[in-house]
Amino acid sequence: MPTANLQVSRPRRASAQSSRKRFSGEKVLPPLILVPSMAAIITFVYIFILITVWVSLSRWGTLRIDWRLRDPWFETYSQMFAMPRWHADLRNVFVFTALFLSGSIGCGLLLALFLDRRLLGYTVFRNIFLFPYALSFIVTGIAWRWIFNPETGINLLFDGLGINKWLTSIGAAPLKPGWTTDPSVLLSVNDALGHVFPAARSLTVHLGIPIALIPVVVAAGWQLTGFAMSMYIAGLATVPNELREAARIDGANEFQVYTKVVLPMLRPVTVSTAIILGHVSLKIFDLIFAMTGVGPGFATDVPGIFVFDMTFKATRYNLGAAASIVMLLLVACVIVPYLWRNLRRN
Amino acid sequence: MQLFFVNLRQALPRSIWDWVILFFLLLGTLFFLMPIYVMVVTGLKQAQNVSLSTMWQLPAQLSGGGFIEAWRRLYPNLGNSLQLTIPATILSSILGAINGYIFAKWKFRGANTLFAILVFGMFIPYQSILIPLIQFLEQIRLYGTIWGLVLVHVVYGLPICSLIFRNFFANIPDELVEAARIDGAGVIRIFWLVMLPLALPAFVVVGIFQFTNIWNDFLFGVTVLPNPNAQPVTVALNNLSGSFSVDWNVVMAGAVIVALPTALIYILLGRFFVRGLLAGSVKG
Repeated sequence: MPTANLQVSRPRRASAQSSRKRFSGEKVLPPLILVPSMAAIITFVYIFILITVWVSLSRWGTLRIDWRLRDPWFETYSQMFAMPRWHADLRNVFVFTALFLSGSIGCGLLLALFLDRRLLGYTVFRNIFLFPYALSFIVTGIAWRWIFNPETGINLLFDGLGINKWLTSIGAAPLKPGWTTDPSVLLSVNDALGHVFPAARSLTVHLGIPIALIPVVVAAGWQLTGFAMSMYIAGLATVPNELREAARIDGANEFQVYTKVVLPMLRPVTVSTAIILGHVSLKIFDLIFAMTGVGPGFATDVPGIFVFDMTFKATRYNLGAAASIVMLLLVACVIVPYLWRNLRRN
Repeated sequence: MQLFFVNLRQALPRSIWDWVILFFLLLGTLFFLMPIYVMVVTGLKQAQNVSLSTMWQLPAQLSGGGFIEAWRRLYPNLGNSLQLTIPATILSSILGAINGYIFAKWKFRGANTLFAILVFGMFIPYQSILIPLIQFLEQIRLYGTIWGLVLVHVVYGLPICSLIFRNFFANIPDELVEAARIDGAGVIRIFWLVMLPLALPAFVVVGIFQFTNIWNDFLFGVTVLPNPNAQPVTVALNNLSGSFSVDWNVVMAGAVIVALPTALIYILLGRFFVRGLLAGSVKG
C-alpha cells in the first residue's frame, strides 16, 4: 500500500548563470532523459483515465465491446446513483473513513506522545506498533476475520474476562455481537435527516454505522496506526527542546507544555497524515475483500469492491468504470489541494 | 542492550504518570501482537485441534500443523511473487534514481509541473485504469504473464521512486555537481560518477519500499493474472481462505508464510523501512 508522503525538500539548484562553458547537451539532455518515464505515466495514468471515463459513458455494458455513447451520455451514472447498493457503498466508505481516521490518528498521536517520554522499552514498543504496516492487507484481513468470527475470537474473550457474567448479573443481555455477520446499522439518522431532506426517508439504505464495518475499522487501525505514530514521532523530533524548556520556565506544567506548545506545532503533521490515510481509506479494497467481502446486506461493501464486482464478475464494464471514476474524483478532492500546496512551495 | 536503555536513569519511570503510560504501552503491545499470536498458534495446530472454542490456547502438541500443507499449496505462487517482485523492484529503483536526479539537479522550465503530473500518479485508485490497462496488455501480448505484471508495477512505481530519489539527491550539495561540471563532466557522467556512488542508502530505502509494496499487492495480481498458477502469493492466499471448506490452520499458516518476507525485511532493516515510509516528509 503506497502511503508515501510528499513534503519534498527544496532542491538546491545548480546555478544556471555560472559563467562556465555550457554544453548544449545540458539544456536538451535533462528533459530528454525524462521522456520515457513521462510518456509511460501520461499513457498509463492520464490517457487510461480518459479511456475509463469514455467507457463509463459508453454502451459497453456486456462482454461485447461497444464504444458508442449512451443516450443520454450520463445514463450509467444515473443508474448507479439510483442503486441502493451504491448508496450503501458511499455510506460505508464515508463512515469507514471517519472512524478509521479519527481512530488511527488519535491512537497514533497518543502512542507517539507516550513514547516521547522515552521510557524503557522505547525502541521495542515503537517497532512492535509499526510492525503490521509491513504486512499485506490480505494477511491482515484473514487474521482479523478469524478473530472477529462471532463464534469465537473476541466474543470468547468477553466470556473469558467475565464481562458477560457481569452483564448478566446486572440483568443486561450478554455481549455477543455478530460482528461481520451482523447486518444492522447503529445510530441510523434517516428519520432525523428526513426532517431536513424528505428524500432521506425514502432511502432503502440506513444512514448510520453498520456493525459489520467496526471489525474492519479495527483491522485497518491495527495496520495503519503505526504509520500515524511514525509521522508524529518524526514530527515531535522537530519540536526543539529549548521551546519546551522555555515553556516550563514560564511556569507551564507538563500537560500545558503539550497542549500549548507541542500539539500546535504538530498541526502540519496531522494534516499530512490525515490526507495520506484518508486517501488510503477512500481506496480501500484488499482488506475488505479478504476480510468480509460485501458483507451482510452490503454492510461492508465499498466502491473499490463495487468496481471489482461490476467489472470482473458482472462484466458491466460501463458501470464499473463509472464507479471507479467517482472513486478517482473523491481521491482527487483530497490529494490535488495537498499536491498543489506542497509543490507550489518549491 | 544499548538499544533498550539509551539512558537507563532517564528511562526508568519517575512518576505515577510514567507508570500509567507504561501500562498503556504494554496494553497496546498486547493489542498489536494479538493477531500475530493467533496466526502463529492456529497455524501450528493440527486440523482436528482447530476449534472455535480454543483459539486462544497454545497447540496441544508440537508439530508442523498447517504449515506443511500451506507450504505445499503456496510455494509455486511464492516463486511467482519473487519472480515478479525482484525485477520490478530493481527496474523501478533504477528509473526512479534517474528521474529523481534530473528533477533534483537539472531543473528546467516546467519541471515542477511535470513533477506534479508524475507524482499524482501514485495516489490514483488503480481501479480507474484497470479496463484500458488490461486491453493494452492484451494488445502487447503481456496480459496474463508475469512480465506484464512487472511492467505494471514498474510504471506505477515510477512516481514514488522518483519522489524518494529526488528528495535524496536534493540534499546532496550542488557544489559537487558544479565541481564535476568544471572538470568537464556532463549530465550523464555526473550521475554515473558522482551521484550513484552516493546513492546507496536511497537505493536501500526505495528497494525495501518497493519490495514491500509489490509483494503485498493484490489488485493488480488478481486482475492482470487470471491464471491461478501464475498468480502472486497474496492472491493464492486469498483463494486459500475463500474456498468452501476452510482449514483455518492451513490458512493461518499460509498467512504467516506470506507475511514472512516483508516481516523479515522490517525486522532486519527497520530503520530504512521507516525512512521509506516517511519518504522525506516532515523535514520540509
